[in-house]
Parts: sequence; C-alpha cells; structure tokens
Amino acid sequence: MYPAPSVIYFTTLTGLGFGLLAWLGFGYPDVIGKTAFFLYLLGYGFAVGGLFASTYHLANPKNARKAFSQWRTSWLSREAVLSVAALVIVAPHAFAQVFLGGSVPALGWLGAVACIGAVFTTSMIYAQLKTVPSWATPATPLLFLGYAAAGGALFSGQVVMAAILLVFVGIAQLGSWQLGGELFAEAGASLETATGLQGLGSVRQLEPPHSGTNYLLKEMVFQVGRKHAEKLRWIGGGLAFILPVVLLLLLPPHFLTLAIAAGSHVAGVLAIRWLFFAEAKHVVSLYYGK
Amino acid sequence: MTALPKTCQKKLGLVIDLDTCVGCHACVVNCKEWNTSNYGAPLSDTDAYGANPVGTFLNRVHSYEVTPAEGPAQTVHFPKSCLHCEDAPCVSVCPTGASYKRSEDGIVLVNEDDCMGCGLCAWACPYGARELDALAGVMKKCTLCVDRIYNENIPEEDRVPACVRTCPAGARHFGDLGDPESDVSKLVAARGGVDLMPEMETRPVNKYLPPRKKDELTKGEALAPKSTEPKGFLAWLDKALEAL
Ligand code: SF4
Ligand code: SF4
Repeated sequence: MYPAPSVIYFTTLTGLGFGLLAWLGFGYPDVIGKTAFFLYLLGYGFAVGGLFASTYHLANPKNARKAFSQWRTSWLSREAVLSVAALVIVAPHAFAQVFLGGSVPALGWLGAVACIGAVFTTSMIYAQLKTVPSWATPATPLLFLGYAAAGGALFSGQVVMAAILLVFVGIAQLGSWQLGGELFAEAGASLETATGLQGLGSVRQLEPPHSGTNYLLKEMVFQVGRKHAEKLRWIGGGLAFILPVVLLLLLPPHFLTLAIAAGSHVAGVLAIRWLFFAEAKHVVSLYYGK
Repeated sequence: MTALPKTCQKKLGLVIDLDTCVGCHACVVNCKEWNTSNYGAPLSDTDAYGANPVGTFLNRVHSYEVTPAEGPAQTVHFPKSCLHCEDAPCVSVCPTGASYKRSEDGIVLVNEDDCMGCGLCAWACPYGARELDALAGVMKKCTLCVDRIYNENIPEEDRVPACVRTCPAGARHFGDLGDPESDVSKLVAARGGVDLMPEMETRPVNKYLPPRKKDELTKGEALAPKSTEPKGFLAWLDKALEAL
C-alpha cells in the first residue's frame, strides 16, 4: 500500500493524542493549572493535528462532514464520530483542571473511554480489510491501542508505566513482524484463484492491461519499501522503544530526559507506521503479477 | 446507504467467457466512451498524449499465460470490471453513504454527490474494480451501464452494458443471475462458471467461464501417409539432386 504521509501522520498523531487524553481523563497523572494546560495542549494538539492530516487524504474534502453519517456500518465513520465525541467529552474535565483547579471525573472517565474507542475504530479501518491480509488480524487493533497507551504514558510523564508499556508493545511489534509475513499466503489468494484458472495450471502475467500506470498501481501495488524493511525495522524499533526505555531507566526523570525519549518515540513510531503501509500487500497486486 | 440490502429482487451481472475473449480491448474502449459522457463525472485522463498517460477506466483487460502440468501453455485474455458482489465490502466500509447496492437489481453504485474521495472502498475491493478519478476526486466504478439498460430512449438491442454491446467475439453476456432460468444462469451452469477469489468472501454476482478443454491429438487419430515415393516433377528433382 502507498504510505501516504497523510495517513501516517493521521494514525500516529491521533494515537498519541488520544492515548495522552485517555490517561489524563482517567486522572493519571492528576494535574491542574499550568502542567494540566501544557499536557492538554499536547493531547489536543496531537489529536486534532492527526485528524486534520487525515483530511489531506481526501480527494473531495468538501464532503468530509458526510463521514459522520454511516456509523452503523462503517468503521471509518465510527472513527470520525468517536474522535469528535472524545474531544468534546474530555473538554469540560480539561477546563476544570486547567482553570478551576478541580476536575469532572465522570466526564474524564467517559472521555477516556471515547478516546480508547477512537483509537480502536481507527485500527479497525485497517483491520477490517480482508484484501490486505497483513492488516486483517487482531494484532492490528492490539498494537494501535498499545502504541496509544505507551505513547500517552510517555507524554504524560509516567516514567515507570511508560517503560513497562514500551517494553510490552516493543515485544508485541517484534512478534507481529515475525508472524506477519505469513499472513498473505495464509489468506489463500493467488493469481490462480484471482483468475479462476486454478483448474488449468499455473498462471503468469503475459501482458498488463495498460502500458502506463494507474490509480490501482500507485495506491495499492507500492513495492518500494520492502527492500529496506529490515533496516527500517531496526531504526524504527530502536527509536520507538529501545532508546526511550534506556533513557527512562538510566537517566533521572528530568523534563529533558522525557522530552528526548518522547521525541525519539514519535520518530520511531512514524518510521514503523511507514512500514505498516509500505510493507502491506493488497491482493489486487496479484492481477498485476506482483 | 452503506448497509447492504438483505436480498435483491434481481442479481444483474455479467458472465465473461474466457474461452471466447480475444483480448481486443473493444469493451475497454466502449466502456470508457459511454461512461465518460454519461453517469457522473467524466473518466479523466492526465497527460493523455504525452509520455506518461494515466487515466480512469472501469474495465480493463489483462492477459495471462496458463501452463498446465503437461502440454503447451495457453493464453487467456481476462476482462475485469466490478463484479457487483452480494457481500460487497466496498459498500459497508464507505463512511459517507456514497457507495450503495440497489435492492431492486443488485447493482453497486457510487453517489458522487456524497463521495469524499477517501479511497477506502477501493482498498476494500479485492478485484481492483474501483478507481478514484484524479480530476473529479470521486470514486468511479462500473455502473453496469445503469443508464443504458433501462433507457427507453435508445433502441432495444442497445439496452445492455456498452461492453456487452460492443464485444465482437460475443464473450460478454448480461442478465439476471438470480433467476436460475435466465440465459446467463444456464450458461454458467453448462460451462461451470466460477467466482473470482472466493476466499475473499465477497460472493461476486459476475461469473467467469473458464476456457474449454482444447482438442488433443491422440495416438492413431492421424491418417497414415499415402505416398512414400515421390512422383512426377519431384521424382525427377530427387533423381537430379542425387546425381549431382
Ligand atoms: S467487485 Fe469490488 S467494487 Fe465491485 S462490488 Fe465487489 S468489492 Fe465492490
Ligand atoms: S471514496 Fe467515496 S465511495 Fe469510496 S469509501 Fe470513500 S466516500 Fe465512500
């Protein structure tokens, strides 16, 4: 799949933003005043920035508001509804913490649940697609939720929690890389089943249907990333997990330590998200002999 | 709406005969011609006369080579357009309600006034049947020529999809696949029509008829040679050449 910057920023930033807002909604850490202001600014900034980035993926954004209408059937629509709901529900709690020195725990909790829902529905946009077998697995929502929890903990300055979660999510990501390669073959689609010619023999492409490129090839038959996958995994994993964990465990929990660990984490997650898209193989590529 | 209809009164669709298709791409051209000037936004081209032409098409013809375990390989031309799936994943993923399947005839359509061009439906389709138009920014797909098949302003013989009307080889058939007595259903039954990528669980309405078995020469079928000795001019040539 083509790793469009808009969807990479969308999934990464909303994950971080809603992860952070969820922690704050649950009251971890229970902050007020300036600290609260700074943390909510980050949380809302990431979440809104990510949602804004997603609109760059739309070829016809003037109809974007219609995306709120099909929540009964569409995961993308549910994502839109829950994202906005989460931002709205957390707001009074945030306002109370920042400006009134109090809190509205009920709304905080409800908002936190909506934040988790927003991350989950985001992951289901990808996990629902049978056509991309490496996405169509429970690992997708688990990892999206894991990244949000770990990133949120890191940005909210919960050192121990962040370190534990980073280790767990890092291991889960490693496991999913190990097993993910098999998923395409396990889905059972081949050029033979795609053409219905399995009874006649083995099939290969003789001539593509068009001499130039097209939307399908650009969007769904992206193959550039696979070459460098190994290297990028190391870079992504190192930045997202290893460096932050080492920093958190070895250095005193100073603001600067946290800032460097968080920055490294974001860069790593962006690289890993790039791979999530670039490495994913869509079954339509079979028709093009790829 | 993006909910799929529970049942469809008809299942209009195509039956494509891979035995007969000669790979001429006439259906591709006529599809583009009809659909660029009728339903919805035109099918745009970019750099149409330049070095890298790219354009939107609703129907494309691939060409494959099939090699059996024994015997010679065979070329199969393979037209592909929307299969108007019964469990169309493209419809249920659509967030805006632009994509829908009609309960009266099973045709899967995009209401372009609602489409936001997110491309998710194209990702959900296993067959590459949807292309986002680069200029209009809305999703384009085969409409089964919904603006021809019920159109009383055109002669009756033209009330079939443009690809079916134009196919010079008669490789494309249109009809109600929900009616077991229809010509297309009988054709599918007689020829063992198949679904593409059944493992994707889309239950396509369109069916493909695999190429028929080719005749094979078996031992003893060939006539014995009638003459062994050359006669007439060839006999003279034979002798003359030998004398050289
Ligand atoms: S062929 Fe693709 S576009 Fe057509 S109904 Fe099936 S999934 Fe949808
Ligand atoms: S591109 Fe249009 S039709 Fe397709 S899922 Fe998005 S809004 Fe729906």
